[in-house]
Amino acid sequence: MKKGLIIVVAALLPVLGWAAGGAPTYPDDDIDINWDDKASMQRGARTFVNYCMGCHAVGYSRYDRVGRDLGISDEQLLENLIFTTNKQGEQTKVGELMTINMNAEYAEQAFGIAPPDLSLIARSRGVDWLYNYLRGFYIDETRPFGLNNGVFPNVGMPHALVELQGLQAPKKVVKTNSEGKEEEVIVGYEIVKPGSQSKSEYDQTVYDLVAFLDYVSEPYRQTRHKVGTGVIIFLFFFLILTYFLKKEYWKDIH
Amino acid sequence: MSENSSNNGLIGWIDARFPLTKMYEEHLSKYYAPKNFNFWYFFGSLALLVLVIQIVTGIFLTMHYKPDGELAFASVEYIARDVDWGWLMRYLHSTGASAFFVVVYLHMFRGLMYGSYQKPRELIWLFGMFIFLALMAEAFMGYLLPWGQMSYWGAQVIISLFGAIPVVGDELTLWIRGDFVISDATLNRFFALHVIAVPLVLLMLVVMHIIALHEVGSNNPDGIEIKKNKDANGIPLDGIPFHPYYSVKDIVGVVGFLILFSAVVFFTPEMGGYFLEYANFIPANPFKTPEHIAPVWYFTPFYAILRAVPDKLMGVIAMFAAIAVLFVLPWIDRGKVRSIRYRASSFKWLLVMLVVSFIGLGYLGAVPATETRTFFARLFSVGYFAFFVGIWWISKNENTKPVPERVQ
Repeated sequence: MKKGLIIVVAALLPVLGWAAGGAPTYPDDDIDINWDDKASMQRGARTFVNYCMGCHAVGYSRYDRVGRDLGISDEQLLENLIFTTNKQGEQTKVGELMTINMNAEYAEQAFGIAPPDLSLIARSRGVDWLYNYLRGFYIDETRPFGLNNGVFPNVGMPHALVELQGLQAPKKVVKTNSEGKEEEVIVGYEIVKPGSQSKSEYDQTVYDLVAFLDYVSEPYRQTRHKVGTGVIIFLFFFLILTYFLKKEYWKDIH
Repeated sequence: MSENSSNNGLIGWIDARFPLTKMYEEHLSKYYAPKNFNFWYFFGSLALLVLVIQIVTGIFLTMHYKPDGELAFASVEYIARDVDWGWLMRYLHSTGASAFFVVVYLHMFRGLMYGSYQKPRELIWLFGMFIFLALMAEAFMGYLLPWGQMSYWGAQVIISLFGAIPVVGDELTLWIRGDFVISDATLNRFFALHVIAVPLVLLMLVVMHIIALHEVGSNNPDGIEIKKNKDANGIPLDGIPFHPYYSVKDIVGVVGFLILFSAVVFFTPEMGGYFLEYANFIPANPFKTPEHIAPVWYFTPFYAILRAVPDKLMGVIAMFAAIAVLFVLPWIDRGKVRSIRYRASSFKWLLVMLVVSFIGLGYLGAVPATETRTFFARLFSVGYFAFFVGIWWISKNENTKPVPERVQ
């Protein structure tokens, strides 16, 4: 019976069809974040407070937690990472949440949509998406800021890292899509106005930034893995113990 | 009752005032369970374990959670980030919700395989079905509480289904939500129902499920009534005391389960977006509908049935019928033989059809509908209901194998 079930399921799987999917996006690279590379996350944190935090908070995170987890002292935090102020105009304290002062109504007027809090963006969008998105801005004069994005078409956000990356123009080709219609597809970019970083330097900057966002989306992840390893090792030993206990009791049952 | 076991000391003092020893014997040390329980019999005790996990972790979450449209989402993140071991409580609870359904679906499948719902266990099955219903309500309302996009829009979709009911539909949805849309009012009442009302009902039903079970005795993989063969003392020949035999055996199952459960909790709590949907890491936004709204995996089979029917009202009826038909299973199945081991091969194939349909519907309910997928959803919906029609039909004059007198 079980065999029959497996055959039926196996026969049906291809029919259900996994294919589908939306329009192609570019770039489309995969990255793996190294959670032990604290230096990379530190650089990402610096990029974040310098280039992103004017508009985006990571409001569920606290400065000192980031400091502890990434190996940054309180003094270093105050000097290099904390550029926000409280209501009295004093520098934000290390134990406080990484919120920002931008008014949501103003933000909506300026960008059409209030810039979202990025505490969990790596969990809702995924790290690959972020890595590609931040490398996907290209020149498009039809857009209000003169730039469009190959991963998030018609995005409201301006290219905050433009001084690092420079400006890039899309290379487009005409392709036939799955519905049989012809459409222009971006297959690459060409830097037309260089920024302060080379392509590989910029890729690294974005990688570091995404690594930080990934960390901040779940700062307790490494604790989780460490505790989990211990718990599962214990349970395996306990399983052996309980198995032999059961065997001992059941000796006389047939 | 307890005169001969312990009549003095503390236990004796209690026994004179409360049936402690009597209950211990009735439900544990002198509850005789068939000796041939197999793998499938772990899931009852595991369901109880998950219930305890959910209650205990739920209590700790309640200490920090804020049922407020403005604060709920942030309070969940606060629990995970700032409360000591809060992340663990949160993931135990979120994984526990899915684990509950895994365990309960397998527990129900065991009942189908071995005819555990048949006479004289109809009431056990009915109580179990009410538990399943309460569990679905509990999970549905609990899923609103994190107040993410999927919490919000999932609840919006499900509650709007009641709007398909003629005449009272709109009033009913308004009454359920307490507002014209899902709002703070909805969140507050769902919180109340999730943390106290439904759990009380659930606990009461679980007690009744177990009392009914211990009254008639457990079924077994052979589907043989062990009470038919008793020794001189009235103890079933094929029965063994639940404690210590099944208590020690169930502990092995518990530890095995906890290994798998921990693997998810500690290493992949999102379970690829099935246990925690990625869109639920975005705070609820009443003005922005997500591109693709899908209920959590344990509801998707029923959701797929709903979508498979072109008419909304008929879809809602079909969806509820898919659950309701399970309630009357003990009376649909007219068979005299319980276990799949001795039933006709047609029964086996019907059960295969049910499992394939259910899993197929589960997949289809989780992905956006296309023409091909809708075709298969309809096919599997028919397959699902055809199981019950088939059982009714074949069980009249079923070509069964001879059932042995004693368990194998």
